[in-house]
Amino acid sequence: MADRSGVAGERKSLFGADAGPALAMGGPAFFLLLLFLIGPFFAGIAFSFTNQRLVSPDPTEFVGLRNYSRLLRFSVLRLEPLVDEETGELMRDEEGGLEYPRSREFTRDEENYPRLTGLTEWFNIHIRQKRYVILAGDPAFIKALVHNFYFALVIIPLQSAVGLILALAVNQKMAGRNYFRTIYFSPVVTSMVVISIVWTFLYDANNGLINAFLADFGIEAVNWLGNPTTAMPAIMIMSIWQGCGLQMMLFLAGLQSIPDSLYEAASIDGANAWEEFRFITLPGLRSTMIFNFITITIAAFQLFTQPFVMTGGGPNESTTTVILRMRTEGFREQRIGYASAIAVVFFLIILAINLVQRYVLREEE
Amino acid sequence: MKLRLWSIVALLVVATVLVTACGGGPAPEPTEAPGAAPTEEESKPAEDESAGTTKVSMWSHAAGNPKEIGAVEQMIADFNGQQDDYEIVLESFPQESYNDSVQGAAIAGDLPCILDLDGPTVPNFAWSEYIQPLPVSEAELDEIGIIPQDVGRYKGTVYSLGQFDVALLIYGRKSVLEKYDIRIPTLDEPWTKEEFDEILKTLQDSGEFEYALDVNAGWTGEWWPYAMGPMLWSFGGGMIDRDTYLTAEATLNGPEAQAWGEWFQALFEKGYVNPNPADIEGFNQGRVALWYNGSWSADPATEAWGDDLLFLPAVDFGEGPKIGAGSWQWAISATCEEADGAWEFISYMMEPEQIALMSETTALIPTTPDGAALTETFSEGGKYRVFYEMLDRFAMVRPRTPAYLTISSEFEQATTLIRDGGNALDALDDAVDAIERDIEDNDGYGFEE
Repeated sequence: MADRSGVAGERKSLFGADAGPALAMGGPAFFLLLLFLIGPFFAGIAFSFTNQRLVSPDPTEFVGLRNYSRLLRFSVLRLEPLVDEETGELMRDEEGGLEYPRSREFTRDEENYPRLTGLTEWFNIHIRQKRYVILAGDPAFIKALVHNFYFALVIIPLQSAVGLILALAVNQKMAGRNYFRTIYFSPVVTSMVVISIVWTFLYDANNGLINAFLADFGIEAVNWLGNPTTAMPAIMIMSIWQGCGLQMMLFLAGLQSIPDSLYEAASIDGANAWEEFRFITLPGLRSTMIFNFITITIAAFQLFTQPFVMTGGGPNESTTTVILRMRTEGFREQRIGYASAIAVVFFLIILAINLVQRYVLREEE
Repeated sequence: MKLRLWSIVALLVVATVLVTACGGGPAPEPTEAPGAAPTEEESKPAEDESAGTTKVSMWSHAAGNPKEIGAVEQMIADFNGQQDDYEIVLESFPQESYNDSVQGAAIAGDLPCILDLDGPTVPNFAWSEYIQPLPVSEAELDEIGIIPQDVGRYKGTVYSLGQFDVALLIYGRKSVLEKYDIRIPTLDEPWTKEEFDEILKTLQDSGEFEYALDVNAGWTGEWWPYAMGPMLWSFGGGMIDRDTYLTAEATLNGPEAQAWGEWFQALFEKGYVNPNPADIEGFNQGRVALWYNGSWSADPATEAWGDDLLFLPAVDFGEGPKIGAGSWQWAISATCEEADGAWEFISYMMEPEQIALMSETTALIPTTPDGAALTETFSEGGKYRVFYEMLDRFAMVRPRTPAYLTISSEFEQATTLIRDGGNALDALDDAVDAIERDIEDNDGYGFEE
């Protein structure tokens, strides 16, 4: 993106004649970045191999890959249905379902099942009367990671689309468009905590404005934040509403940088509105779109404030996110080493996603 | 030129995204008034330094609470005025950022001499060797008459003393109970589990209320162990084995705990309790019949219902009614060089007059009988006397172990899972495993078999 083409040839080395002023001007920023960004980054990687605690009288010890193995261990346990010893028949519960032993009888049995120690049930599936229990070292983290992906996959296309539609709308030459631009942009500059609290009231099952509105159309009250299936979508709707103003602004800038001459030429050629949009507007917005994509992706994976304020990760752990887990592990339970391992793994995942995005969206030559 | 401009815009946008993504601190604690602007006050410049007074630094969490910080400042001014050896120098923080400041200072070895800590976190600070034992004997504690639950201890040693506390109770209305022919419970004869179940059903079926009971189930953090833990204790369960402090197996997931979990879940399943109330006005506005909450809401509730309001004791689920105990307590840091002066001021604060002063200004419950006797509201016949008695009779301290931070967090996770319909035993089992793993990782937190 940087415009250096005219200068590159003249400059031989980084430390040319301008080195002094350059260092003087950049120095403070480099120093602060080193202190508050790069330093902690490497410190975090180092902590992830130790049992570092927030406070502790014991010295920090190197624990090798223990944090990582706890975080990323998986195992499968096959359970046979319980058999009544007297009759030899399969045991059934009140509803007629087969009964199985509890997976905890195995994970707590260090003598006979050492390989299962420290694992916890994540979920189970049934195949031919047998129960396969998927065990994980830290199911809470895995679940949180799944929620992050769910959130990102929905948010990225929707928020971009809404932002684009709004941008097209407020780009029209109509009265009061600046007014609308301001309105749509205002949530972006409002504190996320404030917005989350306000939306908690809107979503309230009994007295919330949203349910009152739906009731006018005869739709039954929905317990938005109290139901595991609607809690995450509710947070998504709110997040899109909050964030789309920013995308609108960027698309607007992109739209205005497309030369009018292209549209004039197209109309002379007899293109209709859709064709103008498809073959001029969209290609013209390409770099804006890539930029939007990447910023939304990063913001989506940093999801924290909304669930922290609105649901605390509930109901039924349906809105936990990796950052929430990191906070709980690191600050509430003081396991800085383990929280650092989560951060490192999460960083690698986001890095991988960004690399894939870059590859897919690369400029085709 | 256009490109250059574009990249500047892009940079600005990235900065905005990062700032918004990182923005937002934790929600305010429910127990305190919303924090006002942070204030930092150095009480009195050092006028009489030449006279040989030694400065003793002190931190308080109460900057956001004008009444509480007012009482603290008053005590300091009186103490500084009445003797010449020491001068207490106060710095106060808003509650939301106080714990971070203490943690940071502790790691940096920069703690003040006197500081206040939230009761259940005291054993963790003691284990970490950030605070020192108080030079007070059991006999002296008896003399002060402090409610034992308001003494912070780790492995039996005294580390902190609390001037005030709060009580858990059930708010109700006389007219409502009479209308539905419900017995008004007393401290000697609280509701039993069977009675309570019946009452909730009656109130819910009446159709007069959205919910029969409000337990502030939308709050997060310490509210869960503080408020729901006592129910578990009354059922006969616990958060950890208090004989060894090494295992939670059979305590947090034993049959009693399981029974509690299933009972608790049923409250929400049957629709008696709102699992996620958006506000705390349900009882005061008459939408909810009973309110399980702390004594800090007595004033607004009285305002709403006047003489009709009842302060009812916690339910007896088998082991007698239980309520939580342990609020902010005064401690002396390990690095304090003026420990004598610090202790002199703390013992001064534990005198009945100072405890009464704190209680009168903040409406918090005094922790000694002599202190209570000097107040209008908590002395015999006072309007909130019943809170003192509840605290005196039913209070049970949260487990006194450095592992409490993990216990608290895991207990909240398990309990909210139970609220949301998860299998109670599974949730409690997971909490047990996590707690025991944490204890193992820390070599028993100083406890041995």
